[in-house]
Amino acid sequence: MKELRAAFIIATKDILTEIRTREVLTSIVVFAILVIVIFNFAFGGDERAVKTVAPGILWATFAFSGILSLNRSFMMEKEEDCIEGLMVSPISREAIYLGKFAGNLFFILLIQLVVIPVFSLLFNLWLFSFEFILVTLMATLGFAAVGTLFSAMAVNTRARELILPVLFFPIVTPVIIAAVNASLLILEGKGFSAITDWLGIIAAFFVIFFVASYLVFCFIIEE
Amino acid sequence: MKRKILFFLSAGLILASFYMVLVFVPTERDMGVVQRIFYYHVPLAWIAFMAFFIVFIGSIMYLFKRKPFWDYLASSSAEIGLVFISLMLITGSIWAQPTWGVWWIWEPRLTTSLILWFIYVAYFIVRGYISEEEKQARFAGVVGIIGFLNVPLVFLSVTLWRTQHPPLTIFTEGLVAPMMATLLVCLFAFNFLYIYLLSERTLMKLDEAEVKRLKENIMERNG
Repeated sequence: MKELRAAFIIATKDILTEIRTREVLTSIVVFAILVIVIFNFAFGGDERAVKTVAPGILWATFAFSGILSLNRSFMMEKEEDCIEGLMVSPISREAIYLGKFAGNLFFILLIQLVVIPVFSLLFNLWLFSFEFILVTLMATLGFAAVGTLFSAMAVNTRARELILPVLFFPIVTPVIIAAVNASLLILEGKGFSAITDWLGIIAAFFVIFFVASYLVFCFIIEE
Repeated sequence: MKRKILFFLSAGLILASFYMVLVFVPTERDMGVVQRIFYYHVPLAWIAFMAFFIVFIGSIMYLFKRKPFWDYLASSSAEIGLVFISLMLITGSIWAQPTWGVWWIWEPRLTTSLILWFIYVAYFIVRGYISEEEKQARFAGVVGIIGFLNVPLVFLSVTLWRTQHPPLTIFTEGLVAPMMATLLVCLFAFNFLYIYLLSERTLMKLDEAEVKRLKENIMERNG
């Protein structure tokens, strides 16, 4: 219980900092929309083609903007040595992970909340269905679970933010494949039963990597 | 002594495998001579996966015991695994070109291997960007664990994704006895080669650490 409370406080701290400074989210949202626009130049044009590549574009956008947001998560702590403060405070390493995870989840979801309507508008596709929201939510849980771990790892290397995509993209492959295919089925108008296999993979990914990251996080911020 | 036996065993078996693959085994009916690459391609894949499993075990042991030996073992196995999986991808491509008419197809096993290749490249990139040895081992350990946990999920998602497309048949009739025998000889040859390389490399790293320790001793004594 104490752990959850500490995690909640860390997440609130991150969210409050962002609300007061508005340093990161605005630029990431603009970046995400730019990615969509660029993809539109690359693949857009013919309307039937758009429908088949749209889910891919959307998830590539989520992955790219997710990376930016995840990178900030621990850079922010590293910059003024705030991480030292977190580490000497009487809370477990696991609580730090949970707090950071919750914060990252919140930020990525917030980015998606802006990106999805803009995407629907620009590509003229209706995305708001229960199934789509479920897929997005669960895939984002998986993104945040490994992303938080790797973000902590990346800022502790010499290359800093360069490392995160190299680690993050190969690991999240199953989520991206599953999310893109599930979204494609949803756009084709198939119901919930058509996407259960994909949802299973996304859910399994989250469970496995959330537990694993929770357990190994203490090895990343040690010194 | 034991290492000498391993050396001669793997060298002998590899020489035997040359004979078996190039002379002894009958040419496959549909694919012709190029199919002979199969006898190297499959063992390479097998050993690569085994090597990454050893990385996984070594990583877990290192994080729990904190004995440098386990990190030497894990990183040596990762090196060999990366070489083997690279060779496996190359031999696969050479085989694919005349058989399927393309250098690369997004077949489940190939795609899984490619993702694995990226994960273990990241394993070494992370190590390269850290100066402290102990931290190198810790971070690599985390990548070694998370990376391996991902294998079944990647394979599952890629299989599910590709089965929506026409499946490819490689062997419909199974292997006849001489083919099976050749495959087994190659498998044993590479298996012993792996064990030999792993022990050499791990011992080399232990020696390196010892030399470093002695050097530091001398430096200290000379002020």
